[in-house]
Amino acid sequence: MLSGVHDRIEAEVASEAAVTQARPSLWQRVADSRLAPWLVPLALLALWQVAASAGWLSTRVAPSPIAVVRAAWELIRSGEIFVHLWASFVRALIGFLIGGVIGLALGFLNGGFKVCERLLDTTIQMVRNVPHLSLIPLVILWFGIDEAGKLFLVALGTLFPVYLNTFHGIRSVDPALIEMGRSYGLSNWQLFKRVILPGAMPSILVGVRFALGFMWLTLIVAETISASSGIGYMAMTAREFMQTDVVVVAILLYALLGKLADTASRLLERRLLRWNPAFQ
Amino acid sequence: MKTGQQTSGIELRIESVSKRYGTRQVLQDVNLSVGQGRFLAVVGRSGSGKSTLLRLLAGLDRHDQGRIWLDDRAVGDARSDTRIMYQDARLLPWQTVADNVALGLKGRRSDIRRTAIESLDQVGLADRADEWPSVLSGGQRQRVALARALAHRPRLLLLDEPLGALDALTRIEMQQLIETLWKVHRFTAVLVTHDVAEAIALADRVILIDQKRIAFDLDIELTRPRLRGHAACADLEGRVLSRLLTRGSTQTDVQAA
Repeated sequence: MLSGVHDRIEAEVASEAAVTQARPSLWQRVADSRLAPWLVPLALLALWQVAASAGWLSTRVAPSPIAVVRAAWELIRSGEIFVHLWASFVRALIGFLIGGVIGLALGFLNGGFKVCERLLDTTIQMVRNVPHLSLIPLVILWFGIDEAGKLFLVALGTLFPVYLNTFHGIRSVDPALIEMGRSYGLSNWQLFKRVILPGAMPSILVGVRFALGFMWLTLIVAETISASSGIGYMAMTAREFMQTDVVVVAILLYALLGKLADTASRLLERRLLRWNPAFQ
Repeated sequence: MKTGQQTSGIELRIESVSKRYGTRQVLQDVNLSVGQGRFLAVVGRSGSGKSTLLRLLAGLDRHDQGRIWLDDRAVGDARSDTRIMYQDARLLPWQTVADNVALGLKGRRSDIRRTAIESLDQVGLADRADEWPSVLSGGQRQRVALARALAHRPRLLLLDEPLGALDALTRIEMQQLIETLWKVHRFTAVLVTHDVAEAIALADRVILIDQKRIAFDLDIELTRPRLRGHAACADLEGRVLSRLLTRGSTQTDVQAA
């Protein structure tokens, strides 16, 4: 009798297992689908729209998603958005190039020559530990609200991540490979080009990605404080007119640009590090 | 210009060479001479200074006393006719197999490429020329490293336990490959190894370095190709090993005292 009950239970369990194997539950299928990562953001967006439409959320606090889309469309139609986008993009790029090149050069020098490290590293570390945004009052005094001030800040913000990672990258190149290169008769330049630089590249690219993050951060702050164009400027003028929808558009633009920069650096990694199984 | 030089190996002379690292004396008053195109194996316990001897020959480290002559020139910085093969392949992971082999070669790009492929062909890996080193097995990487060394047509090939990390079968294949290429190119070879059987299978002469000196010097006059496990090989191996082991016990006594 008892054994019969056991059999039944086991049979039931077995058939249940067979069913789940054959046809995954709805929940399982949703979790497996490609849409899964977007479900939560979409739900939040819907909730936001409902809250705004029902009047639970004042437009002074946050505009409805539809209002944001409308504002974005207006800015695109008038072409205003592109003027600001371009202004911000150019600032970001030039600032990053200046900071990146200086960081790279210092990293190579200090990583490659002990003398340079002894002379320069302490100074660099001291400057690095000053939050560069705290220099804004000084920067305004020095450069006014001109382009130069913003470029200076962006360059300063991107310099250190690139420097630190380049330095670390050069130092962590396998000394066995350097010895091998030397014994195979490579000149200093060949050794740098074929052994040291590629060996340091993974680390340098990590620095570049950090720097891109700092680049946007610095630019946002610099543009909201003193500018006559750019996304930050657009957001600040919108604030004065209580246009929360335009402010949100500006924030979304930063998110988009940040994502683009990150994607670009990923592509760069995939190209430069294609020898590395981790990036294939 | 190349063909004239490659035909013969370097003649090697070491005269009362000493080397210390810090306070530790590694080699003391070592004398050795090796004729052109000979195959010398250096055996010894780990830390006995056998690898140091090789590094001195390669010009990677400087000896403190004595002289080292390669032909009639004192050993100096990296020489184009001396190449070293390490225990790890030391391939550049960011360069293709062919570019690794071409490392340090001079000349036109197409010539370099051709030399590299020819060299890879000798170790049977020409078809892997455009792959990354990361996809190769350990044995294949060592073969690429061998091709890289041979691409320079070295007259002295220094082998620093190059087969130590390989499995037994791959090891034997590599030993045969090295022997074959040595016979073809007639370079002088110095093999550092802790494997006495390997030394006897490959070398014309085996020296044992122990307590900073050459403790034992044995000519191997077996015909090639040598059959592994042959009685004559086993006999010689036994002689070298017993020498190594008795030395080892006195060393332990000294350390204990």
